[in-house]
Formats: sequence, C-alpha cells, structure tokens
Amino acid sequence: MKNQKKSIVPALLIGISIVFFVLMLVLPLVIVLYRSLKDGLALYIEAITASNTLSALRVTLIAASIAVLVNTIFGLCAAWLITKFEFRGRQVLSTLIDIPFSISPVIAGLAFIMTFGRMGWATPFIDWINDLLGTDIALVFSVPGVVLATIFVTFPFVSRELIPVMQAQGNAEEEAAAMMGAKGFTIFRKVTLPHIKWTLLYGIILCAARAIGEFGAVYAVSKTRGQTFTLTLEVDALYMAGGADSITQAFAVSSLLVIIAVAILLVKQLVEYRAKRNEEA
Amino acid sequence: MYVQLNHITKKFNDYEAAKDVSLGVEEGRMAALLGPSGSGKTTLLRIIAGLEQQDSGDVLIGGKVVNDVPAGERGIGFVFQNYALFRYMTVYENIAFGLRVQKRKKEEIDARVMELIHLVGLDGLEKRYPNQLSGGQRQRVAFARALAPEPSLLLLDEPFAAIDAKVRKELRLWLKNMISRVGITSIFVTHDQDEAVEVADEILVINEGRLEQAGAPIDIYKNPKTSFVAQFIGSSAVLSDFRGLKGFEDVPAGRQAVVRPEFVEAFKSDNEKFKSLIADTESGVITNIAFRGSYLELTLDVNGIQLTTNRSLERRPVRVGEPMCVLIYRAYILNGENTRIYENRRLEGVDIESL
Amino acid sequence: MKSTHTEANHSSAEQNRRRATTSARQARAKSVIPGRGLTMGVTVTMLSLLILIPLASILTYSFRLSFSEFIELITRQNVVRAFRTSISCALIAALINSVFGLILAWVLVRYDFPGKRLMDAMIELPFALPTAVAGITLSKMYSNKGLIGQFFAKYDISISYTKIGLTIALVFIGIPFVVRALQPVIEKLSPSWEEAAAMLGASRAYTFRRVILPELTPALLTGFGLALARGIGEYGSVIYISGNSEKNGTQVVSYVIMQKLNSGSADYEGAAAIALVLLVISFLLLFFINMVQLAAGRRAS
Repeated sequence: MKNQKKSIVPALLIGISIVFFVLMLVLPLVIVLYRSLKDGLALYIEAITASNTLSALRVTLIAASIAVLVNTIFGLCAAWLITKFEFRGRQVLSTLIDIPFSISPVIAGLAFIMTFGRMGWATPFIDWINDLLGTDIALVFSVPGVVLATIFVTFPFVSRELIPVMQAQGNAEEEAAAMMGAKGFTIFRKVTLPHIKWTLLYGIILCAARAIGEFGAVYAVSKTRGQTFTLTLEVDALYMAGGADSITQAFAVSSLLVIIAVAILLVKQLVEYRAKRNEEA
Repeated sequence: MYVQLNHITKKFNDYEAAKDVSLGVEEGRMAALLGPSGSGKTTLLRIIAGLEQQDSGDVLIGGKVVNDVPAGERGIGFVFQNYALFRYMTVYENIAFGLRVQKRKKEEIDARVMELIHLVGLDGLEKRYPNQLSGGQRQRVAFARALAPEPSLLLLDEPFAAIDAKVRKELRLWLKNMISRVGITSIFVTHDQDEAVEVADEILVINEGRLEQAGAPIDIYKNPKTSFVAQFIGSSAVLSDFRGLKGFEDVPAGRQAVVRPEFVEAFKSDNEKFKSLIADTESGVITNIAFRGSYLELTLDVNGIQLTTNRSLERRPVRVGEPMCVLIYRAYILNGENTRIYENRRLEGVDIESL
Repeated sequence: MKSTHTEANHSSAEQNRRRATTSARQARAKSVIPGRGLTMGVTVTMLSLLILIPLASILTYSFRLSFSEFIELITRQNVVRAFRTSISCALIAALINSVFGLILAWVLVRYDFPGKRLMDAMIELPFALPTAVAGITLSKMYSNKGLIGQFFAKYDISISYTKIGLTIALVFIGIPFVVRALQPVIEKLSPSWEEAAAMLGASRAYTFRRVILPELTPALLTGFGLALARGIGEYGSVIYISGNSEKNGTQVVSYVIMQKLNSGSADYEGAAAIALVLLVISFLLLFFINMVQLAAGRRAS
C-alpha cells in the first residue's frame, strides 16, 4: 500500500483528533487546576484540609474499598459461573448483570430509597433486625446507604472485564486440572488466576475509578454534609453554595479527584500494557 | 517474458526478503514460487502485485515497467491466502466489486458476474454470504472476484492453505483446469512441493530471498542445481560420510551427499533379478518399516549410514532386523552452493533402466 | 397429504429437541470443573439482593398508581419536556461521538504521531473523572465569561445553561464508549480486505465506505448505543451546565426524578413512574446492543 499517492487524509484526521482531544479532554483538566489555585495556595490548602473535606474523603474511601471488594468477589463468581458452565438462562443472567451499566445512577439511588427508605417495604424488616440486635443501622441517608449505592453502580465492572477473557481462554486447562484431582480453589489459584490476573486488576481499577467518582446515586441517598457526604457530594455542596470562595474551594476538592483520576488512568495504562504483553508471550 | 523482475531487493528492518532477484514468467504459463516459510516468496508476489514496494530493481508486466503504477491499475487479479472475501457482501457483490469500481454499466456487470458464477460452478449461490459457504466455495468466489475485471495476470498467495487436506487435491486439479481454460498468465506461492509439481508449468524455487532455480518441475526434480534444491525437493536423506560406500570411492573428501529413496535399491540376497550385482552391493539391516498406504518405506542401516527406500507391496515381505543387499544408483554430491549428480561407478555399463 | 407432512416435520422437530436436551444434560453432567453450585449461589444471591430487589421496589412503587394516574404523571408537560430534552440531546451527542469516536479510534490504531500513547490513556478520562467535577468544570469553561464560552458570547451564543452546553457535557461523557468499542475491531481488521479492494482498483474512500465501514458498523452501533444509554440517564455532568430551567427546556429526566425526591413532600410515586419509563428505555437499548452483537457474531463465523 506504500505506493499509494501521498494523501493529506492521515494528517487531517490526526489534526481533528488532536483538536478534539485538547478541547474536550485536556482543557477541562487544566481548568480544574487553574480554578483551584486561582485564589492562592492558602485557600487551596484550607479547602482540602477542611473537616468536611476530610470526612468526605473518608466516606469515599470506605465506599470505594467495600464496593471494590464486593464486586471483585461477585465478578469472579459470576465470570466462573458464566464461562465454565452451560445452563439454562445463562444469557439472561449475563444480561441482568450488565443492567447497572446502562441505567441512570439516579435510578439506583431511587431504588434503595424505595427499598430501605422511610416508606420502603424493607424498612420494617430492617427495624426488626435492629431491635433484635440492639443496633441502629440505617440503610439510607447513611454511610451504609452510600456504600450500597456505590456497589450498585459499579456492580458489573469486574465481571464485564473477566468474562470475555475467560471465554477466550477456554476450559481445557481447568478440565485437565480437575481430571488430575485438583480441588476448586486450587484450580482457580493455580490455573485460572495466572491467566486473568491483569484483567482482574484492570477491572478492579475501573471499578475503583467509578466508585470514587459516583455522584447521582449517592446524591440520592446521602443527605448529611460532614457525615455521609462523599468527595463528589462535597464538591457539589461547595459549588452550589455559590460564593466566589466556595466555588474555588469546590475546584480545589475537585483537583484531588482529578489527581486520583489521572493516577488511575496511568496505572490502568500500565496494567493494560502488561496484560497485552502477557497475552503475546 | 510477460512478467519480469530485474534485480529486485527488499528489506524489512533487518530481514532481507529479496536479495537481487531476477526472474521471468512467459505469457500464458502458470508458475509456482516455491520455498520454505520465510523464504521471501510471498514478498516477491506482493511486489509484483504492487502491494509492496521494492527497495530497488524493476517490475515489468507486458514489457512495461510498472514500478510507479498503483496496485489497482496494474491489471492484476489477486487471490489472497484467506481469500479476504468481503463479509458484508454477497457472492454476487463480491464478484461485482471490481466492475462496480470501474463504473461499468449495470447490464454488463450482471452479465459478467453471472458468467463467472457459472464458470466457477456456483450457480444459485449468488445471494449467499461468505460465512454461508464452504472453504472450497470461498476459494471459487475469490478466484471469480479476481478474474472479474479481466486482468492480464493472476497472482495467488498460498491458494490452498486454508482448505482441508481432503478437498485440497480436488481443488488443485480444478484450479489448474480453470486457469488453463481462461488462459491467463498466473503465478502462485506455495511451500508445498507436491502442489507446485502438480499444478505449475514452471517452478521458481526461492530460498532466503534468492531465486535458487527455475525450470519445469521435472527438470528441477531431476537436475537440482543448488544444494538447497537438492535437499528441498523430494524426500531426501542428507549424508555427511559417504566415501566408504562401494561405487563412490572417488567422491572428494568432506562432501555431503543427498540420496533420494528412488536412488536406493534393497533386495534379499537370494534375489534372482539382481544376482549379477550382489558383489557391488553394501550389506544393510532394516531398522524401520513404515506403511505409506501404497508402498512401504524402509529405513536401512548401512555401516552406520541411514538410508531410506520405497518398496512395492507386491514384493516379498520384509521384517525389521532383516539383512538386505543395498545398491545405490546415484547421489547428488553437494559442493558449497552447487550440486552435481554422481553415478555409481561400479554400475557403469550396466543397463539400470531394464532392472 | 399435507397433514402427514406437518406431522413428519413435527416429530422430527420433537426428536431434534429431545436430542438437544439430552446433549445439554450430558454436557452438564460432563463438566468436571467444580464450583458450579457455589458460584451459582453467590452470583444469584448478590444479583438479587443488590440489584434486582431494589429495582423491583421501583416497580412495586409505581404499581401503587392506577394506570390513569401513571399516564397522567408521565405525560405532565415538564416530564414530557424532560424526556424530549434527555433523548434529543443524548441522541445528538451520541451521533457527534460516533463521528469523532470513529476518527479518534482510527487515528489511535492506524497512525503514529507524538503523544499518541498519552491520548490513548486520556481517552478514558471521562470514565475516571467524577461526573460532578466534569460538570462544574465544563459549565465554567463554557459560561459567557469562561475560557471558551467568551468567544461564543461575542456572537451572542450562550453555551452553558442551554441545550448546547448540555449536549457538550454528554459528548464528554460518551466519547470513550465509542472509541473503546471501535479500537479492538479496527486493530483486528485484516489488512487483506483493504488490499483486496485496492487490487480491484477501489480508491481509499470507496474502500472505506464499502469495505471498512460495514465491518465497523456493529462496533459503532454498540458504542453509539452505550453512549446514548449513558446520556439519557446522565445526571452529574449535566445538572450544572444545563441550568435546569423548565422554561428553557433544559431539565433532564434524572433531574426531574431527583427533584421529586428532594421536594418538601417527597413524591415517591411520581419519581418511580418516571424512573420506570427510563428503565424501559434503558432495557430497550441494552436489548438493541445485544442484538447487534449477536448479529455481528453470526457474520464473523
């Protein structure tokens, strides 16, 4: 194809891509950082060390870690089930798992309110458990609610990454191991895991990113600033307060999230690169 | 020469795919570029097609230098290894593609496509998609698609590689007949010598980016000019220590030799037909017997040298460990790049043909 | 004559089915890999508790309404307008993303240029960056005093707090869906198709239109569908830049649902009714995407 006449098309397409990329993706990042430092470093530091911010950071990290843990366990189980066995309804199951991926996060929040909220049908049941155990756990407008909403929106992230890879891998090695008498967990650890570890890590990273950044779902189930707010909710609260200072503070807190996002992208790129190399080897 | 390459060189980074290759194919002939994988044969084909640009040298088609003519304007039909049929087009649309590009009249396209569909025997399948066809049918579509714009030269890259061994033989014959019916000059690439011998009028043996030998299949088989050809063609055993054998005492020291199974005769010591030659034979022992369907392949140990010979099933049965009289008619003696036929001295004057 | 024919067909179909079930049963019995029961239990339990049961609550809530109440609720002017806004803006954004996503994916796979790896990594920024952060940033960037908004303000064009701004936010959110759906397909696209077209004399443009684009269409539709689904339900990135004005028609569906939850007398039934419609749209899109992939898989065999 090299003797095709020199064409301006590649240059044109690269040009369009770069302009789009800078305008849509790079510029917003620059703006966050610029806005956050606009009124000086002092205000920036004050914003990111405010007690509300620290509390929000804590809630965000709690919610994200639990979501990652739960969804990793779920993702591994679901991927194993769907790729290793034939059963009726397999297609339906894998579609159901993907639901949270394509529905509005607001609906996720709404679903929990309607289940566990003041008028939710499960509330009497929760109250009964609380009475029984002498506890006072509330599942909405509380940190557990934030955790549940976060799990919901990130639910399919690990399984989605694992299923195609495990499908491509086939079952021959697992069957061979099972024929030689290996037990389930040994098969997983010794045979399956080495093939999927980078993919698993990749899924975990995506899950973590989405968990940290979730807004709509947690917005619906979290009402108390300084207690159940996550970083994104804190950004919203600062921004909506409307004062010039508080908007700058909103951007300062945002800059934390930007740093986390960029770090996640870098790690993700590294993992992707490793996974690709692993595949080729 | 209808297609001619003059001093073609091509490098991919460190890999030299063509080292000063010059070759030619006459009009109306079917030539095979034969060589092991990585020999650069496909690169040569792609250079002729214009899919790859040579670093230096000229490509001539019909006497004209086509170095700067884009692939699509060289008047070449190309059949790809995996056929590269367009998956989202029917058989009809695939074959019509080249004609539509030329903006021919609809009736003309229709007539030509139906003619080709009939020619390749796919009548009634024109509305099928490639995924609804068998491997052999796909090859036919690829063939028809390449021929549709009436090219003056047809190039085929490993045309049988993607086909089951069973159907392959049948398709070889089909393709050979089809091409001679159309009468188009064609060049195909293969690593399979049986395929080259069976289908081509002329074989061009390629190795390590060089043309080793060109000629009719029988010439290449009988008179290998280089040591590579001697070893690559036919099922040959390469011997490094050869001088001790009777009849080959004059072979210069340190030469390797290639002995084909058909150069070796093995018979039992009580054989009537070969009685007069027993004095000239070596004694060997059968170390292995392999059944090859229509004959037996014997492996013989002659003073530590391993030789193979084919034995007709009509002859007396033999068993492993049985001593045999072994006669070697001739061998190819390798001398660096070159090779030379060396007849068994002791058989001079003996009428071998009548045996 | 006719009836015997059908009977014959019937019995052979019956036989086929029986054969299919036996082989399925054999396959089930044959699997030597352990863990079927455990993973089935964990998967189904977690899926039910965390996803299906909460979603079912929306269903039960909206069923407390009578059919006419339900219709009345979802045909209120502000609700209809919100749906119109969400769907039209998401549609336009998904179309824009299909065009630019195709260009970006093509450029990232086929060409080499400085900064390519950075671009490849940053394409997923909208996945990693919290939507609220994207929302406040875009709304400041495109406001009449913002870095980009001020240029347009000179020509009396407002971007923030209009449907244009809303659409831009959805373009931002949706672009990685299209790029990531297309990239692997372009990578696997065998060069021999393009070479075959070139050998037959086709120009690059013709080859792209007739040979490459059909190959990319399933992935493009998948990316389009995912971006559209995300766009229709989007909340965080759009609520700041849209202005949420009922008058200007910049309220999105998610906003209307949230408004019903947050208003003094939380209108759960209303929220559930609207959410149900949104859910149905999401399911239809999910179904559409699955169909596209199924069809593409069939062609590839």
